[in-house]
Amino acid sequence: MSFPEYSMHKYLLIESRDPYESGDAEFIPNLATNLARKGKEVTILLVQNGVLPARAKAARGELQNALEAGVIVLADSFSLRERGIADSDIVSTIRAVLLDVVVDAMADGTKTIWH
Amino acid sequence: MTDTPTLTFAFMDPPFETGRTATFFRLLDICARRGYHIKVFAYEGAVALPFSQQKPHANAVHGRDASEENHPLPKDWIAALTEEAERNGGSLNWVNCGLCVDERGVNAAIDGVSRGSPADFWKLAAASTNSLVIPTR
Repeated sequence: MSFPEYSMHKYLLIESRDPYESGDAEFIPNLATNLARKGKEVTILLVQNGVLPARAKAARGELQNALEAGVIVLADSFSLRERGIADSDIVSTIRAVLLDVVVDAMADGTKTIWH
Repeated sequence: MTDTPTLTFAFMDPPFETGRTATFFRLLDICARRGYHIKVFAYEGAVALPFSQQKPHANAVHGRDASEENHPLPKDWIAALTEEAERNGGSLNWVNCGLCVDERGVNAAIDGVSRGSPADFWKLAAASTNSLVIPTR
């Protein structure tokens, strides 16, 4: 039995952890930044409490580094609404999206990792 | 492999505990509405999600009976997702880790749930378009 061919060029990294509560919440932005610098196509999706650093007034350096490296950063709109965060409250370079992006990526063969 | 995607999810969280459970079910819901073939390997506490003896309860603090409380039960969500996937031409195949079931005494599962081992997750993943492991912390 052999595994299907996954794309090793495209990555979707899902961050669910609150950086103010988890000591390892830098892992995903740093991994994304490193992958992007190696020419990979990388997207971070923030979900659950992972959306908290998407707020413009709570912006964190590691996400900014990822954005500057060419990483696309998205935030789950449902998670934002659950926490009373309006789309207008988030960093302008982070886009609120539906969770469908995960299923789209998986169906497309994108390497998808949950943290 | 057919043109319809087959997606496998490994999940570990028990019912009623974490936000991951809601997000996991939201992902399954998207797949079911699209008529995808969904494979789930439930490990550790997640094997209690399809436990058939889950029961709704009243909320005396808020003065609501069981009907008014309308307590959500994951076993009903799984049954509904299975129906939704099949209505759209897809399927939901749920495999519970057998040892995890025995540890917790949650052998009674709703119809359609099978018993397996981590080796089944490997087989499911190998036969799928893609897989996502949602680990607990």
